[in-house]
Amino acid sequence: MEARLLPYFLILPVTLFLCLFFLYPFVLVAQEAFGTENGFSLDNFREVVSYWKFPISMKNTFLLAAAVVPIQLALSLLMATMVTKMQKGRDLVLYIWTIPLGISDLAAGIIWLAIFEQSGFLNSMMVGLGVTDQPVSLLSYQTPWMVFLAIMLAEIWRATAIMLVILVAGIGLIPKEYYEAADVFGASRWKQFTRITLPMLRPSLQTALILRVILAFEVFAVVAALGGTLFPVLMGEIYAYQFDLQNGGAAAALAIIVLIISIVFTLIIMRALRVPKGATI
Amino acid sequence: MTAVADVVAPDARKAGRGVYRTGVILLCAWVIVPLYLLFVNTMSSPETVNSFPKSFIPEFNMGSLNFFMGFQGILMALWNSVVVAVLTMVMSITIGAPAGYALSRFEFRGKELFRLLILLTRAFPLPLLALPLAVLFIRTGLDDTAFGLSLVHTTLAIPFAVLITFSLFSGIPLELEEAAWTLGCTRLTAFTKVILPLVLPGITASAIFAFVISWNEVFAAAVLTIENRTLPAFLLQTLGEAPLHLKFAGGFILVVPALIFIFAVRKYLFAMWGIANR
Repeated sequence: MEARLLPYFLILPVTLFLCLFFLYPFVLVAQEAFGTENGFSLDNFREVVSYWKFPISMKNTFLLAAAVVPIQLALSLLMATMVTKMQKGRDLVLYIWTIPLGISDLAAGIIWLAIFEQSGFLNSMMVGLGVTDQPVSLLSYQTPWMVFLAIMLAEIWRATAIMLVILVAGIGLIPKEYYEAADVFGASRWKQFTRITLPMLRPSLQTALILRVILAFEVFAVVAALGGTLFPVLMGEIYAYQFDLQNGGAAAALAIIVLIISIVFTLIIMRALRVPKGATI
Repeated sequence: MTAVADVVAPDARKAGRGVYRTGVILLCAWVIVPLYLLFVNTMSSPETVNSFPKSFIPEFNMGSLNFFMGFQGILMALWNSVVVAVLTMVMSITIGAPAGYALSRFEFRGKELFRLLILLTRAFPLPLLALPLAVLFIRTGLDDTAFGLSLVHTTLAIPFAVLITFSLFSGIPLELEEAAWTLGCTRLTAFTKVILPLVLPGITASAIFAFVISWNEVFAAAVLTIENRTLPAFLLQTLGEAPLHLKFAGGFILVVPALIFIFAVRKYLFAMWGIANR
């Protein structure tokens, strides 16, 4: 094999695979969304947007992302800085903290269902402590805030680990000399964090936030397990269009909307946390 | 002034360390306690799971698990999950690893474009791709098959496979390979005899990662399978009507491999993200 062609030969399988199963499906989904019998039209979009559940599911998805992502960002930054200073038991603590990384959203939803369902552990504890006399129905249409809280906790519990891993890896790449120099000049821990860690962590923060925000818009199984139909979200509506309503065009149109939201947010995050040209660690 | 500072500092530091330690322990508990509660529910008889109040101590009754294993279609779903995950693992590594090697070893035209394509896949809600593929698969006869679903899961796992193997190969000095060439190895034998043994543990880790991605995926699995459901898709479908003990036992079975796998790959978890970010 000629050496000049070898790299192309090596990347050929991935390229072909992604063209076939990544780029091509996008074309298909767009065709399905914009196309009807009479050619190009926005009918699917009109139908989807005018459906009464659309504003609610849109609001819920955004509300959830807005509530969950900042907490996760703060929590993962806190955990990452805690871990870097740890001398004893670092591996064990890191293992425990990264366990949720391997846990599916469905399993996470089921785990928090064990806590929040009517005969669950939260009720058992409240009755045991004498807060209430009998179990309260926590996940019902009468308590929308409780449903929201349960979903929020499950999301924070499950998906903080992915940000933690990226941030811990990123902090590991920051040269120790910077902190030593800061120590020499008497900079406080907080100042070191805001002046060294945060700026140097930009590429990792970028990756972590993009991944996390995309995942937040994809929220589906946690909600299905905990809220059922009480808390409609965009992915759940897509699923409902595809299966319950057998309306592929509408499902595709809603999918395009989710895609556009994801792309817009990716661009915003990339712009907000862009790494200056030529600045590398 | 200095005397005061000397007196105050140790106390403040001790208090700080106390807060720090409590924080670490609380955060560990935050992860473990919900898992423990799921374990308690799984290890209880169906009657206990549906009764009130709940005991916080497991009674080690296999009733729920037995019910789960005997439930119509569960074993098949479990088997499907394993098949899809293994197929995903094999495909994403065999397709992804060569590209990771190419990225780490060669400068070639279009390299940046290729990297962009890989990174782009991470910025999209990939499970949505299952929608158009559902139609395509019906036309090609891949609908409702483990292979069809594993193709979608491979799309999910491939960016990780490429970036992880890229960082693995980058960690091995080119000089090692060059030394092998001067000693009479061809490009291929240098790779199989020198490089491969060195990266094999890391490749295994990224293969396990691919397995977990597929094992956990719900949306695409639910869209693309009807008869041959994977475990997550099966559980999702029965969420509405299934009894509580079935849900909890199912959740537990979903979680166990994840616990083992994260333990197995913990050493690589951070190394592979470190370089994958750049």
